[in-house]
Amino acid sequence: MSDRPIIDIRHAAKSYGSLEVLKDISLQVQTGQIVAIIGPSGSGKSTLLRAINDLDPLSSGEVWLDDIQVNKALPTRQYETHINSVRQNIGMVFQHFNLFPHLSVRDNITLAPKMLKGISKAEADQLAVEQLNKVGLLDRIDYYPSQLSGGQKQRVAIARALAMKPKVMLFDEATSALDPELVEEVNLVMKQLAEEHMTMIIVTHEMGFAQDVCDRVLFMDQGVVVEEGPPDVIFRNPANERTKNFLRKHLKGQH
Amino acid sequence: MLRVFPFFLQAAWVTIQLSVLSCAMGLVCGALGAAARLSRSPALRFTGATYVSVIRGTPALIQVFILYFGGPQIGIQLEAFEAGVLALGFNIGAYMTETMRGAIISVDRGQNEAARTLGLSRFETFRSVILPQALRLMIRPLGVNINALIKGTALVAAISVVELTYTAQRYIGSTYKPFEMFFLAGSIYMVIIYVTGLGVSWLDRRVALK
Repeated sequence: MSDRPIIDIRHAAKSYGSLEVLKDISLQVQTGQIVAIIGPSGSGKSTLLRAINDLDPLSSGEVWLDDIQVNKALPTRQYETHINSVRQNIGMVFQHFNLFPHLSVRDNITLAPKMLKGISKAEADQLAVEQLNKVGLLDRIDYYPSQLSGGQKQRVAIARALAMKPKVMLFDEATSALDPELVEEVNLVMKQLAEEHMTMIIVTHEMGFAQDVCDRVLFMDQGVVVEEGPPDVIFRNPANERTKNFLRKHLKGQH
Repeated sequence: MLRVFPFFLQAAWVTIQLSVLSCAMGLVCGALGAAARLSRSPALRFTGATYVSVIRGTPALIQVFILYFGGPQIGIQLEAFEAGVLALGFNIGAYMTETMRGAIISVDRGQNEAARTLGLSRFETFRSVILPQALRLMIRPLGVNINALIKGTALVAAISVVELTYTAQRYIGSTYKPFEMFFLAGSIYMVIIYVTGLGVSWLDRRVALK
């Protein structure tokens, strides 16, 4: 079973009342794969991503992380314990960074490892240094989030997620809230992770980045995966009319 | 004026004691009330909401009277000072419940999501991420509650607690100088409130985000 996918989404569906935001989506991601999810807003791509760590629970369908079902039906107490341990393996990066403003960069990174992995203060410091080195912000270790630029905040948020040594990283429009000139520094960090073969699922509006970095691209619209394939095919030679339309609108004005 | 001043200072001390004790009780009631109102249990949420709407929906003076004069009828016999502290504390606790609840729910939802996705439990998230931020948000509005509480202690003059307002009334009888007596009492209230306000500002600055 060495080719068991690290993420396996089976017949995911979700509705809010009569509004179906996800309609029977299945997706397998292998270890080390980098998958981009693109599509117009309201297409359900963020909802799908947030279903992977059960932040937005599905109405029906299953999500598996390796051999563990993430959205297992359990009594509340047991479910809490279960999901907390599952989430330690799934890093998530948000559009608005969501750094903890009352904690220094160091404490942002070490809070969860210290609490959940019982590591010592020295080990935690070492971990913060390692992760900040990786995102090139070691000199900001004692800063507070409000003292950082948007790009730096997002790099710290990535370091914070990586400090838990996750098996998978989820990016929910990680660069959408950034000024254009700050996007590149975050993209560079994500590219570096790609080179280290981190498994990543990336919801993005940046077609150029998706094309450069990803192994697979999913185009979603109205709650379904309309088309998926290697970036070259999706971006250069899409088969579906909706994909073509979306890309035409989206690539206009982008270099 | 000079002759009555020491008595006013004594009375001010009673007002301060009333304020401090009922504030402490209010903070406890407020924390419990907020916890109840934000609980996952519908029964607790209902209890919290009822507490807030009953207390905020009735005059504080009636609450003081019910406890002090009505209490003995159901076997609760209290000294005036004790009844005053309990009624005032229970009263301000309802306002503090709403202040604390408001501060907690105004911490950005993304903070909760970020902490939960790292694997922190609901409780760990609350303690290490939500509460520290909510505390900063609640200091100033709690200061407003405390300001109202200090002035509200004047109500217990009506059950003969010898605090500032009661003392002012009492010395009108012997001095025939209502303007001076009430002016003096009012001035002392203002000093107490001013100093408390400085304390609140200091605390607020101390815990401000860097």
